[in-house]
Amino acid sequence: MNKHLRMYGPVIAAAVAVVVLQLALSASHAPYYMTQVTMSVYYALVVLGLCLLMGYAGQASLGHAGFFAVGGYTAAVMTTCNLNAYRDAALIGWCRSVGLLIEKQDLYGHPMLCFSPWPACITALVLTGLVALLIGVPVIRLKGHYLAMATLGFGLIIHRIVQGAQVFGQADGISNVPPFQLFGDLEVNGRAAFRVQNYYIAWTVALVALVLAINLVHSRVGRALRSIHENEEAAHSLGVNTYRYKLATFVLSALFAAMGGILLTHYNGSIGPSEVSVMKSVRYVAIVAVGGMANLWGAMLMGVLLSFLSLRGVFGTYDDLVFGAILIVMMLFASEGLLRMPNWRALRARLQGKPHG
Amino acid sequence: MNTGTPGILRVALAMGLSMGIAHSASAADAPPIRVGAVFSVTGPASFLGAPEAKTAEMFVQKINDAGGINGRKIQLIIKDTGGKPESAISMTKQLIEEEKVLAIIGPSTSGETMAIKNICQEGETILLSCAAAETIVNPVASYVFKTPQKDSDAARWIYKTMKEKGLNKVGVITSNDGFGMAGKAQLEKLAGDFGITVVISEAYDKQETDLTGVLTKLKGRQVQGVINWSIVPAQGLVAKNMKQIGLDVPLFQSHGFGNIKYAQASGEAANGTLFPAGRLLVADTLPDKHPQKKVLMTYKKDYEGKYKEDASTFGGHAYDAMLLLTEAVKKAGSADHKKVRDALETLKDVVGTAGVFKMSAEDHNGLGMDAFELLTIKDGKFATYRK
Amino acid sequence: MDFTQVLQYCLAGITVGSVYAIVAIGFNIIYSATGIINFAQGEFLIVGAMTAVSLHHYMPLPMAVLLAVAITAVLGGLVELVFIRRVRDASVLRLIVITIGVSILLREGMLHVWDEQVRGLPYFTGTSLSTIGLMGARISPQVLWVLGVCTVIVTALTLFFKLTLTGRAMRACADDRMAARLCGIKDSRMVTLSFMLSAAIGALAGCVISPLTQTQYDMGAPLAIKGFTVAILGGLGNSMAAVVAGLLLGLLETLAVSQLPVAYKEVVSIVVLLLVLIFRPSGLFARRETSALRA
Repeated sequence: MNKHLRMYGPVIAAAVAVVVLQLALSASHAPYYMTQVTMSVYYALVVLGLCLLMGYAGQASLGHAGFFAVGGYTAAVMTTCNLNAYRDAALIGWCRSVGLLIEKQDLYGHPMLCFSPWPACITALVLTGLVALLIGVPVIRLKGHYLAMATLGFGLIIHRIVQGAQVFGQADGISNVPPFQLFGDLEVNGRAAFRVQNYYIAWTVALVALVLAINLVHSRVGRALRSIHENEEAAHSLGVNTYRYKLATFVLSALFAAMGGILLTHYNGSIGPSEVSVMKSVRYVAIVAVGGMANLWGAMLMGVLLSFLSLRGVFGTYDDLVFGAILIVMMLFASEGLLRMPNWRALRARLQGKPHG
Repeated sequence: MNTGTPGILRVALAMGLSMGIAHSASAADAPPIRVGAVFSVTGPASFLGAPEAKTAEMFVQKINDAGGINGRKIQLIIKDTGGKPESAISMTKQLIEEEKVLAIIGPSTSGETMAIKNICQEGETILLSCAAAETIVNPVASYVFKTPQKDSDAARWIYKTMKEKGLNKVGVITSNDGFGMAGKAQLEKLAGDFGITVVISEAYDKQETDLTGVLTKLKGRQVQGVINWSIVPAQGLVAKNMKQIGLDVPLFQSHGFGNIKYAQASGEAANGTLFPAGRLLVADTLPDKHPQKKVLMTYKKDYEGKYKEDASTFGGHAYDAMLLLTEAVKKAGSADHKKVRDALETLKDVVGTAGVFKMSAEDHNGLGMDAFELLTIKDGKFATYRK
Repeated sequence: MDFTQVLQYCLAGITVGSVYAIVAIGFNIIYSATGIINFAQGEFLIVGAMTAVSLHHYMPLPMAVLLAVAITAVLGGLVELVFIRRVRDASVLRLIVITIGVSILLREGMLHVWDEQVRGLPYFTGTSLSTIGLMGARISPQVLWVLGVCTVIVTALTLFFKLTLTGRAMRACADDRMAARLCGIKDSRMVTLSFMLSAAIGALAGCVISPLTQTQYDMGAPLAIKGFTVAILGGLGNSMAAVVAGLLLGLLETLAVSQLPVAYKEVVSIVVLLLVLIFRPSGLFARRETSALRA
């Protein structure tokens, strides 16, 4: 009982804090802050997955925005592409009868036939998982920084593809993505009327993901991961199947990112190639570094905070610079992250130029 | 007290003070008109957003120094999106809901504009976009307008000139961003209308630094002319690369060639390039009676004097947006969203930098083919093309 | 395609390939000395070219280029001193992430010092109109400059590493740092020197290519990625192989342009990168030590 309280206590506290924040914002003159918080929460979902990968499995991914894009773009394409011309084809006919498709009208009033958001979401997640497996299986075998390079290449390829292919809207991306009808009246929708509802939807998804991550970390799998992170060879010699655990974590982190991508795309109603740039991937890494490589709470908190500030334009024209600087400072001084008590003695000693014991 | 300020001075002081208070009270009585701006001041579209932001600030300062509109000053709130649609979305929502602006000027790129089109429409906030995509105003959304000229008109100018020169086999190269792809679509669509065949049409990466490969391809197909539709850095390279590989046919550029720097980048190879553009670039050679001359010369002088850099047609789009907005507010006599919007649609004969605007309920752009002038480069300077 | 066309493509290919090779050599020098992949390598080219452009306003071109190279070399040394040296016993991954941060810092720094406009050095000989015929193919004389400068760099480096004391000391450090230390070689100084050298050759390459491609503050990252691909293709740490790999990639790219739509030119290099990483991460010309990369 005690252990469960320790594990989940913070989650409950967080849930309470979320409700308090919403009430405070609604009562104040600034209910619109909720919009930006909601967007930040979806970005934080990506960060959470990356934290699992970097902090616990000890692997870096320099292309995580690519998974965000695979999820988001798949959902966007499936819910906006017009299959009306093929409505009588066998496969499409079957989809219609099973209720996977929706009829609606486009900007000019012509009839459209598109996938409804749920099948799009599931397809996107499955696709992301497959892609992650495709990259992970050959590359995770290699030592050290090779996964980082491969994911960098992956992010670049996805960027090129979405920027070049007509079906992905090329440089302008895809807009007019419909809202995502969850259950009953709940809808992932960016309009002001749905603001409070969406705030809670986002936080619910995030907290569920967090609970999942916490469970993972405290389970046998998590312990195995931590042992790999500490000393891979020792873990291997003890019989831990390092390869399988690393691969599983990689795929899971990719799925987290894709989920964030899908939900944010429906929330914004659009997605563009700027979501897949190398800078975006670097940002996610910077946020994990600040929040704490092996600190789920830190990653979540920093993810929401820094994305929020960036979206509000607080960093002005120095936006990219801030994240680059964060990256360097964190790597140099506090590789365990800010939210872990730094080694003050060591820090002071280093600043004074003395060697520390 | 009988020492200190004599009575009459005290009265004068009191009068002066009360007049001062009354004056500031009356100024406080007229709240400023809040206008938002969403530009890509930094990032990949900064050559658009930076001059646009500067122009907007300059315009607002000029109006405020002259007393504002209907006695009210304009308060301009500029946000930098870095060219990212998600930042544009977030900042637009901020401007509409938090700052409660009357109108939003910008964004600089078509991708960002399409991402916020619905938001502005639902928020009943006027959007005056400085981006060029046709889909911004087609289909028409009642609150959404745009100020740059039509891509299709630019394409028509190019083809018209080619036809006059007797060229009918052309190679088209475009960049793979929104601007280039929009141009590609227009060029391929309209070629047939002028009896021109597009022999080869290729899109290159927008950051491409060496076009000799794709131009060699064009050379191999014996094209009679090359149309390049892109922005920097490619448009500065095409002319050079063509001369270097010995492809000696006429080169046409798009209206993205709107800054003398691009001509300078190509050096002497740029001489003879033909492109449609707003008349800002040749303002000093226009006849004095030309309706746009005064506006263009004033803008050019003010901008170059204040910011010490060449004026470009891109900044001009922001100027036109602010101009249309302030004219509409003057006409409506108020800063009510609906009234200003209605007034915007009725504006006719507003002389801007891109052309003379003629708005209507169906046409939220207001410019036609005559907004362009076919220009060329002579001795490293812009000049009107004379046949 | 007739012969002149093929020749035209080949010339374009080896021009761009030699620039990639120089970037890759820069990667290799630092990698050999420290095991780090320096993602800021691309920025050195751009800083060099931008500095030369600014200096050219005040002095003739050759001096501007030389001074720019010197300044960039100093910058490279500073980068090492400020960022890399502090981090002792850090995992290679951490160091790589630091260099990514440094590349961002340099890029944003360039943006604020020079603004976003495109600039270029004037042609070293001739103008933008000059063209030389070579068996039917036409190229700008600047192309010959690029090929010449790159050949000189490679030759000079080879001689440096083979014949001079410092060069041999650097090679010793690369082979076995502890042993080199035991011989009295100050390895920290070698590390700084490796950064300065990489920065210098990067700056020179940036200057010589600037008249052809123009220079913009954010051109560093794509160059770094291509250079990195070439370095991996040839085998990390192997500079001679980098030259061959660079020319190979350059040719592959331009020949791809002749067959495929131009938009896929970038995809070629990325696909090469992924294929190499997946199937032969030790590179085409693998040395036995680097095969120990397999986990």
